Amino acid sequence: MAVEILELARGTDDLLLVGIQRRGVELAERIARLIEKEEGVAVPRGALDITLYRDDLGTVGPKPVIGETHLPGDLTGKHVVIVDDVLYTGRTVRAALDELADFGRPKRISLCVLVDRGGRELPIQADIVGKVLKTAPGDRVDVQVEELDGRDQVDLVR
Amino acid sequence: MSLGKDLTGLEHMTAEQIRLILDTAEPFKEVSERPIKKVPALRGKTIVNLFFEASTRTRVSFEFAEKRLSADTVNVAATGSSVSKGETLVDTARNLEAMRIDMVVIRHPSSGAAEFLGNRIASNVINAGDGQHEHPTQALLDLLTIRDKHGKIEGLKVCLVGDVLHSRVARSNLWGLTKLGAEVAVCGPWTLLPRGIEELGVKVFGRIEAAIEWADVLNVLRLQLERMEKGFIPSLREYYRVFGVTPERLERSPRAITIMHPGPMNRGVEIDSRVADGPHSVILDQVTNGVAVRMAVLYLLAGGRAELADAAKGGGGTE
Repeated sequence: MAVEILELARGTDDLLLVGIQRRGVELAERIARLIEKEEGVAVPRGALDITLYRDDLGTVGPKPVIGETHLPGDLTGKHVVIVDDVLYTGRTVRAALDELADFGRPKRISLCVLVDRGGRELPIQADIVGKVLKTAPGDRVDVQVEELDGRDQVDLVR
Repeated sequence: MSLGKDLTGLEHMTAEQIRLILDTAEPFKEVSERPIKKVPALRGKTIVNLFFEASTRTRVSFEFAEKRLSADTVNVAATGSSVSKGETLVDTARNLEAMRIDMVVIRHPSSGAAEFLGNRIASNVINAGDGQHEHPTQALLDLLTIRDKHGKIEGLKVCLVGDVLHSRVARSNLWGLTKLGAEVAVCGPWTLLPRGIEELGVKVFGRIEAAIEWADVLNVLRLQLERMEKGFIPSLREYYRVFGVTPERLERSPRAITIMHPGPMNRGVEIDSRVADGPHSVILDQVTNGVAVRMAVLYLLAGGRAELADAAKGGGGTE
């Protein structure tokens, strides 16, 4: 995936990796480290929590816990790559796009996900996908990362 | 865990609920640092700020919090509204509700006004200060500021200085601090300390020097000037001489003491200007934190129906 991002962005100029809280942040961090090893360039990275941009905030209760958002400076002119663990309905990505627009005007935004499980409710597709999983609406896809969960694992729970 | 419908005071809240508000305030600090200081969390919600008493800081702070969450807001002041024509509080609120509002932020000179209103209307009610009863969001922002500065609240020694008797800020602080495990003391002239306060487990200092020697944090309350006219203190000059927080007195503190004040300050009465603007002061951090705390309270109280949450969860992944 790191190589694909380099190909997509044609190098590391203006590249910025933004992980979606929480597992996406860890994945973005790992991809950035791989790129650093490969290219010898430190790629700036950020974390985005999309809770306050959710389209169902008025109906969920109790209110979801809000994670940290930090982006390195103005996004104008940058090529932002959103990194997340699972792409499903596309609503998280919709929220992330709206939130990023409040931080500037990137020249391009791409999407990189570890797992694409289908089931889209919005016209959103990923540019880079680690693995495509065929799932039914009732299934659950649990991604675990070593930094938070002690191991790297993807479970499909039926 | 939720907060329920209204926020009327800290007295009946649990430590977990208070911590939930403080923890939720953390990410909201960052929103006010963004180039576009606005998130769509309360889009479409209508909030009325109903202020029956003068206020700058609290009203502006609530209004910023509401606007940064994208709520629509209306300010109603007692003067110039139908209140001055003799309309009752409940009638005013019911008329506002008939225009389909979602939340009311109320400041009122009568103790218990916020709870009274909360029990009579369907909208969420937030107490922005009621008489001598409570000012919960002020205490919450004080708690957040203490936690920022000291990394914890439990085990800290906090002394409220001055007019504790008439202060709703003091009352809310007392509940909040003790629930979160701080040691609390009060210091001031006997005429301005509530009788029997020791029975709540609160230490009492008659001398400011002793309080400074004991405390990690001094929360210096505003001396309400009308108290002098009513004979609670002989003169402002004497008050400053005996209880004023001065740099000379702070030098005797054995530790890095933190100085707080809820504002508005009477410089040269309860607090010396050199202290208010000095290195120990976190008075402006309190104001900054006020917006974040109020955003957290608005976010946690607004709307939300539990039965829909499960339906929304369904899928998996981060969706």
